Amino acid sequence: MQMQLRQTVSAAVLAAFGTIAGWTANAADAPKTIRIGYAISLSGVNAQGAATTTLPGYDLWVKDVNDAGGIFVKEFGKKIPIEVVAKYDDTSSAENMLRLEEKLMSQDKVDFVLPPWSTGFNLAAAPIFAKYGYPDLAVTANSMDEEQLVKQFPTLFFFLNQPPHFGGALIEVLNKYKNAGQLNNKIAMLSVGDQFGAEMSAGFGAGLKASGYDIVLQKSYPLGAADLTNEIKEAKASGADTFIAASYPPDTFMLTGTAITQGYNPKVFYTAVGTAFAEYGGNFKDKAQGVMGIGGWDPSLPGAQDYFKRQLAVTGHAPDGWASPVTYASLQILQQAIEKAGTLDRKKVLDTIVNGGPWDTVVGKVDLKTHIRETQWGAGQWQNGQFVGVSPSSMPGAQPVIFPKPAW
Amino acid sequence: MPAIEVILGGVILGGLYALVAIGFNLQYGMARIVNLAYGEFLMGAAFAAFWMFTLFRINPIVGMLFSVPVSFGANWLIYRALMLPLVRRARTRQQLEGETILATFGLLFVLRGAATLAFSADNRYYDYLGAPLQIFGFTFAANRVLAFAMACVFGGAIWLVLNRTRFGAALRALAIDPIGAELVGIDVRGLSGLAFAAGGGLVAAAGTLVSTFLSFNPAIGIDFTMKALVVVIMGGIGNMGGSLIAGVLLGVAEALCSYYIDSGLTLAVAYALFLIVLVVRPRGLFGTP
Repeated sequence: MQMQLRQTVSAAVLAAFGTIAGWTANAADAPKTIRIGYAISLSGVNAQGAATTTLPGYDLWVKDVNDAGGIFVKEFGKKIPIEVVAKYDDTSSAENMLRLEEKLMSQDKVDFVLPPWSTGFNLAAAPIFAKYGYPDLAVTANSMDEEQLVKQFPTLFFFLNQPPHFGGALIEVLNKYKNAGQLNNKIAMLSVGDQFGAEMSAGFGAGLKASGYDIVLQKSYPLGAADLTNEIKEAKASGADTFIAASYPPDTFMLTGTAITQGYNPKVFYTAVGTAFAEYGGNFKDKAQGVMGIGGWDPSLPGAQDYFKRQLAVTGHAPDGWASPVTYASLQILQQAIEKAGTLDRKKVLDTIVNGGPWDTVVGKVDLKTHIRETQWGAGQWQNGQFVGVSPSSMPGAQPVIFPKPAW
Repeated sequence: MPAIEVILGGVILGGLYALVAIGFNLQYGMARIVNLAYGEFLMGAAFAAFWMFTLFRINPIVGMLFSVPVSFGANWLIYRALMLPLVRRARTRQQLEGETILATFGLLFVLRGAATLAFSADNRYYDYLGAPLQIFGFTFAANRVLAFAMACVFGGAIWLVLNRTRFGAALRALAIDPIGAELVGIDVRGLSGLAFAAGGGLVAAAGTLVSTFLSFNPAIGIDFTMKALVVVIMGGIGNMGGSLIAGVLLGVAEALCSYYIDSGLTLAVAYALFLIVLVVRPRGLFGTP
């Protein structure tokens, strides 16, 4: 008993000393840098997506913050620059990614971890972020179960809406012209043969049928198909005024190129991932005019044009008109939350991200009270060399739709 | 859509498969090297064409005058420096195949990694000859038809060399029986090096043509290597005409499947065809036993 008491007392004294020592150290010397780390696909099948959407945003943000001298952290009373202490390649393998996330948080002990690329990887990583208490600004992810997931993983934030939102945004546009008698109710729909294509075509299909559309052609094609000429010819012969493709970037480009070659000019031509890429407009130039796609952004927002120019100049990658600006916006939120919280304490920063909004970003005001960015673009359209948001029309800055799509 | 239009589209696509496969067959059938890094040279040539076109507006077909010799030379060097030691060491053909598979598997990652580092993992795409072309009243993309025409030209040229020249006769002897060829005074190693390099030159031409109508990134190589392997085994190892026919057959089968059954099943049909050939005629449609 005596022994135990003495142990407890000495432990308490030690603990007290430890705390005091900790305080004085904190107050006296601020960390030289805010240590950031991430694991992302630098090689493998996901590398292309990560290189297009995510990495340029990370690079630009680090440069922007450090050019300004760092992030002001009140508890140290000064600006602290960012240091990327670890940039790991997950080689597009989920197991590698998970191992590297653990390493970043448990061994490298970085202050903040930036998320990996893709829905699958982000959903897989969410439990690790939650376990170590790291804010998880998972930009390139969406799910049908977002509400439930953010309850299950309290550090997780979603920036892209659930799949039906995108279908709904397109259907809003179609309905307007169908009700005016300018568009028939026939739809030709292609989809890439994987989970994304299946979910998207199922989601769009359900919404379209509910609104009285008739899907006269529905086909899927394998990932990496070398030729989609037959599919475009069939769509052309189907008599549908609306062409929808649940496509990935390589097929988005191929479908567009083939449609141009075949002189296929439906009134609405909609392709999915890749349509918003700057390269799309760069390649098809004037022919891109009127093409619709998933995503969208408002280039007239304060800071948006400047961001576009800086990212191109600094990273050599022009941002796309969908998830790239959102990636940068998520980092602006992290930065503002650190400043507002005045600390690098992750728990406090997390609380501030949730409760300190709405945040000013290059995609407008973002509020993360529910851990989900609620208002956003669902469908965009190439208009005069820019991929701009057109739907939902209730979004501020929504542009009028160019209808019908001009002939190629 | 009439069946003839579907078949024509398949033939055009199949011509490209054939071109890719003929180069692979030169390396596998003649030089006896299973080159898993074969597709990486296709990828390299596609990037070369892309940069020449976007930076200097060099016509991709003219650009082949650069990329084909470079790839030819690089492949010759690879044969001399990396493959020859394995050839010398190998006691049997099986041992050589096993060891070259391992060595070129490593080479694949080196080349792909270097390309990712140099060019980034982005998808590239440029527009060259996307204009419509009428054939028998059906519309096809000019760049795809060009690829088919080039495949015929290269395939024909190689057929002529193999069947009408002394040099070609030596190469055929090499394909059928390397030991016998050596006994009758054929320089087996020198010729193998040339065949390997010629395969490299051909894949550069294929890469240039592919780049005019497919988007590409540093990771595409292996897909083409696999397709080439399937076509070569189907057509018969060492038989160039077999590769040509098998390639076109594969293209037509894919097109028919995508139109009449489902586009999602084209890969399945390709491999089903492959399996049938393997079971019924393991030496390939035109292979010598």
